[in-house]
Amino acid sequence: MLANRKLILAHFWLAFAVFGVALTLGAWQMFIRSPIGTWLSNPELYYRSLTAHGTVMGYVFPTLVAMGFGYAISESALEQRLVGVRWAWGGFWLIVIGSIMAVIPVALGRASVLYTFYPPLIGNVFYYLGVVLVVVGSWIWVALMSINLRVWRKANPGAAVPLAMYANVAGSYLWAWTAVGAALELLLQIIPVAAGLKATIDAGLARVFFSWTLHAIVYFWLMPTYIAYYTIVPRAIGGRVYSDSMARISFILFLVVAMPIGMHHTFADPMVGAGFKFIHSAFTALVALPTLLTVFTICASIEIAARLRGGRGLFGWIRALPWDNPMLLALAFSFIMLGFGGAGGLINMSYQLDASIHNTQWITGHFHLIFGGAIVIMYFAIAYDLWPHLTGRDLIDLRLIRTQLWLWFIGMIVTTFPWHWVGILGMPRRMAYFDFGDPAIAPQALSVTLSAIGGFILLSSGILFLVILARGMRAPQAEAGPYRFALAVHQPATVPIALNTHALWVALMIALTLTNYGYPILTLAMTEGTSVPAVYVGAQ
Amino acid sequence: MSAEDIHGSAEVAARVERRWATIAVIIIVMMALLAAFAGIHRATMPQPRVETTDPSRIHLSGEFVESNLGSVLEANGNVTVRAIGQQYSFTPACIVVPVDTPITLRATSADVVHGILIQGTNINTMLVPGYVSEQLMRFARTGDYLMPCQEFCSFGHEGMWGKVKVIDKTDFAARAKAGGRLSCVGQ
Repeated sequence: MLANRKLILAHFWLAFAVFGVALTLGAWQMFIRSPIGTWLSNPELYYRSLTAHGTVMGYVFPTLVAMGFGYAISESALEQRLVGVRWAWGGFWLIVIGSIMAVIPVALGRASVLYTFYPPLIGNVFYYLGVVLVVVGSWIWVALMSINLRVWRKANPGAAVPLAMYANVAGSYLWAWTAVGAALELLLQIIPVAAGLKATIDAGLARVFFSWTLHAIVYFWLMPTYIAYYTIVPRAIGGRVYSDSMARISFILFLVVAMPIGMHHTFADPMVGAGFKFIHSAFTALVALPTLLTVFTICASIEIAARLRGGRGLFGWIRALPWDNPMLLALAFSFIMLGFGGAGGLINMSYQLDASIHNTQWITGHFHLIFGGAIVIMYFAIAYDLWPHLTGRDLIDLRLIRTQLWLWFIGMIVTTFPWHWVGILGMPRRMAYFDFGDPAIAPQALSVTLSAIGGFILLSSGILFLVILARGMRAPQAEAGPYRFALAVHQPATVPIALNTHALWVALMIALTLTNYGYPILTLAMTEGTSVPAVYVGAQ
Repeated sequence: MSAEDIHGSAEVAARVERRWATIAVIIIVMMALLAAFAGIHRATMPQPRVETTDPSRIHLSGEFVESNLGSVLEANGNVTVRAIGQQYSFTPACIVVPVDTPITLRATSADVVHGILIQGTNINTMLVPGYVSEQLMRFARTGDYLMPCQEFCSFGHEGMWGKVKVIDKTDFAARAKAGGRLSCVGQ
């Protein structure tokens, strides 16, 4: 059993509770703008809901999962007492306070700016302050992860840092630095205007700042999932990690190249020139590398498990895998969704192809498939795997868990595939309703209806997930033993210093961000006459 | 397993891994090279230049004053379309252009961030207040196209739909003879 059960459970329960609320809002949004929904008399309600859904799913939910999982990793992988438990609770309460502070103006319709902010639209200042508090709370976690690793290093000089902790700390550094883009946008640009200290804002510069956060944040969401791929799944199915060093290389590649690529979100924007658009496009291609390496290493790792179970043949071993094991099922679903989502992502980041799908429903379909699908299904798996160690009780109903995972997978495919399709037809994002009576829009009606049905399948799966966890709190007691991570085939006693520390890679991450963002940001900041009057939400 | 076996299998593993990593790198380099080639050789690329404009003055002077919005036939036979987006409509709300003609779309926003997307084509650009967006386009077929705003621009976003009417070249030339800026608003 883990020592800091309360701390970790608090993070997970808050994460999954807000996830449940945001999921319900999401399903309602899918329904209300579909042909089976009733015409919404007040479209503004849709944008309130959309702002809440995005803010929770983008900032609060994954951050809490990463934090809770990070504390569990620090304690169990390093096998040492967690340093700074009081600070950890402080960070948790900052997130609680920040979330409440942000949600009130959103619920009142005073901050319907969506989680991507979109200045010169300006909402109530407490919405932005709330988001800042959430980020500050998570930065405490970043510091604690670093401190705990340092304490361990002192006690174990020269020893190989366990892979789970090495990756966890890489993920925390990634988050600390990627959040800086949005933090600069909020602190230097938006909050002074929202507080009434300034009346104009440079919308182009704000978009560049936000792009710094907007892409790498996805890799922060991804980190717990990849850590689960490498360090939980092989152990859970009786395999070994194919290569410890390849795993480390994948994580540091994420750290270095996830950041200086965000401008592929601004291909269609007028405030960035062709040169930097191309550089960011090329770097985005590079970020496919750690994923390609991961797919290889994980497939090889589960092949080891299958062969140890007597699997034979070129592909025959796949049948020998323990398919009734929820971890394997989650991994398989996650990989399928990662494959489709990744292929779609290559189109989005393409210098040329992006124009055909930019800001269409294709994009919404894409990130729901990657984040809601490939990433979140592994959050479920992480929770299932950790739960007995947090509650001291068994999760006994494996069939129910498998049903939940199947429903999530089916729901995500039914939701996102038609969603991609209507995007190709040119359906724009983020609209409260569509006039399906228009002959030019009518052909999209069937696809949108399918997506809405998928949304309800996802909702049912989400409810089932919460039920399973809640039932797990009341199951008969059972000692789960210490929480362990997968071992590599060749478990290293020592690793090269570059793969055992983060300093070099953090330096590279910062340097590449400066080279890829420094010039565009400086020139925009120095260009006169691009600040425009703020448009206050709710003031019209 | 003996120590020798372990050593041997580690070498095999490293070799397979290196091969896969090489393939992955080649795929990625190929993608970047293709994009560079298409960008340079075929000039297919996102908007290359940065141009600014003051949105608080665009209705008073400069190329985006109301009387200058719409389509105009240039001396070289090309067409220039100027448009603005504002909460919650485009001006002109209906853009008329000739088929099979190189067209330059120049547009900006008068208030918040908007976007122009012409359905059934790959014409797609953001309108950011303070900056001018420029897109080259060419329509192969006549007909009506929907042109929704593709970026959230506050509570009336869902009602911000414009239209593009692509007409015959000779029809367009005849209309352009009268001078002024063409649009299909009210037609």
